[in-house]
Amino acid sequence: MSVFHLGPTVLWSLVGLYGILVVATAIHFFLKKIRPDSNFREIGLRIRSWWVMVSIFTLAMLLSRNVSLFFFAFISFLALKEYLSIIPTRRADRRVLFWAYLTIPFQYYWAGSEWYGMFIIFIPVYVFLFLPLCMVIIGETRNFLRSAGTLHWGLMTMVFSISHVAYLLVLPQSGNLGSGGAGLLLFLVFLTQSNDVSQFLWGKSFGKRKIVPSVSPNKTLEGFIGGVGTTNVFALLLSGILTPFSLPMAIVTGILISTAGFVGDVTISAVKRDIGVKDSGNLLPGHGGILDRIDSLTFTAPLFFHFTYYLYY
Amino acid sequence: MDIKKITNRFLRFIFYRIVVRLVVLIVLGRNVRHRNRLPTAGPAILVANHNSHLDTMVLITLLSSGLLNRIKPVAAADYFLSSPLKAWFALNIVGILPIKRQKDTPDEDLLAPCYLSLEEGNILVFFPEGSRGEPEHLTAFKGGIAKLAERYPDVPITPVLLHGLGKVLPRGEKLLVPFFCDVFVGEPLYGSKDRKGFMAQLEKRMAELSQEGIFPPWE
Repeated sequence: MSVFHLGPTVLWSLVGLYGILVVATAIHFFLKKIRPDSNFREIGLRIRSWWVMVSIFTLAMLLSRNVSLFFFAFISFLALKEYLSIIPTRRADRRVLFWAYLTIPFQYYWAGSEWYGMFIIFIPVYVFLFLPLCMVIIGETRNFLRSAGTLHWGLMTMVFSISHVAYLLVLPQSGNLGSGGAGLLLFLVFLTQSNDVSQFLWGKSFGKRKIVPSVSPNKTLEGFIGGVGTTNVFALLLSGILTPFSLPMAIVTGILISTAGFVGDVTISAVKRDIGVKDSGNLLPGHGGILDRIDSLTFTAPLFFHFTYYLYY
Repeated sequence: MDIKKITNRFLRFIFYRIVVRLVVLIVLGRNVRHRNRLPTAGPAILVANHNSHLDTMVLITLLSSGLLNRIKPVAAADYFLSSPLKAWFALNIVGILPIKRQKDTPDEDLLAPCYLSLEEGNILVFFPEGSRGEPEHLTAFKGGIAKLAERYPDVPITPVLLHGLGKVLPRGEKLLVPFFCDVFVGEPLYGSKDRKGFMAQLEKRMAELSQEGIFPPWE
């Protein structure tokens, strides 16, 4: 096993993740002691799920680049499966759904083989045209548009968007001397997830004014602003070791990730509200399903990728 | 125990512990509610709605692995024993308890193999709909289960509602398409002399379980 495909800055940052988890676990432990009457059960479950997620993530990162690509392909698979399990689907489309799943290995193969042209048009162009063709051959026209539309929306968010995280890994070292693509990946994933957590914590502590009450009644202006602030502090602290960004550019990325993360979160909330479910699944105790965890990433990943790709590669 | 039996047991173990677990936990994924209501020892009966061959597989992954050789899915002999290969697989690997669907003589009791099996302390998996039917539709239960329950009033009968497997692998399809499946376990009930009342109670429990979930349309 070789961990030397990751630079020392990335390795130390991974160690830092465990430091944060230890601190969070300790705070939770003392809060339970100090205020035994309050209910911290859900927070406890969440922290425990974070331990599992961070462990799997670091393992996937350390083993090899291909294992990391496979890990994100698997995340796409779980997310697409969760999505297709909660939306209305047509019996006639069983085969079409099978093809939809099959796009995942292809999309991540394009990423792994660094074929950027194919990676960027495969789902938006070829799959977009191919799946309706399959549906026409099957010949069921009732709810045709709903079916073609929801399926493509799912593929764009769960497969195309998330695969941008994986593409960061294969970017040449030249754009980010030192930490490379893995540094950018860690920066993106850490900022997106910490933004979620800090928006949640700021909102719980100071939240008053609802920001999008009809979509997500728990989201507040105070939570959003607190999240943007916290994410920018992290962006400033980490940009020097993980990214090629100057400090002003770090602020721009911090704002980009925190805002896009918020929009991704409420977009998936809107989908769930439309369907009438609270959580997309129960894979991650305390969080809900995998979709509840990667909702922000579906927006931050492509935006962060193209921002960096345009400016630094 | 002869070598053939040991081989079959080994293959069965590999089948359920590795192949079925991989398919059920990774390719599909399950969402289980009230798992604590499942029996932990035999004799017991699990009653579930039936949409797919995978129904049995999912139910068996839910029970503790020590019970593997006690679990007997009750299945139609005419279907599963129709060819030698199918019969070998159904009897030795899946471990079905075959019962006939048609009586040869008017006073033949088609449930007799179930009596024997329950008396041996096994856990029967029973699909009272009789066949897999239309995917994702609950059809009326047949009365065999009430007769079995009346004869063994001390055996817990646990209703289980399955959803999603009719989408994954419905009748007549060979291509498996991944979906999460829901497994809702109900409170166990016990048989009585009043067979009609028992059936009504059982169907009511199944209906209540199906109210617990939000199942997206599948037309």
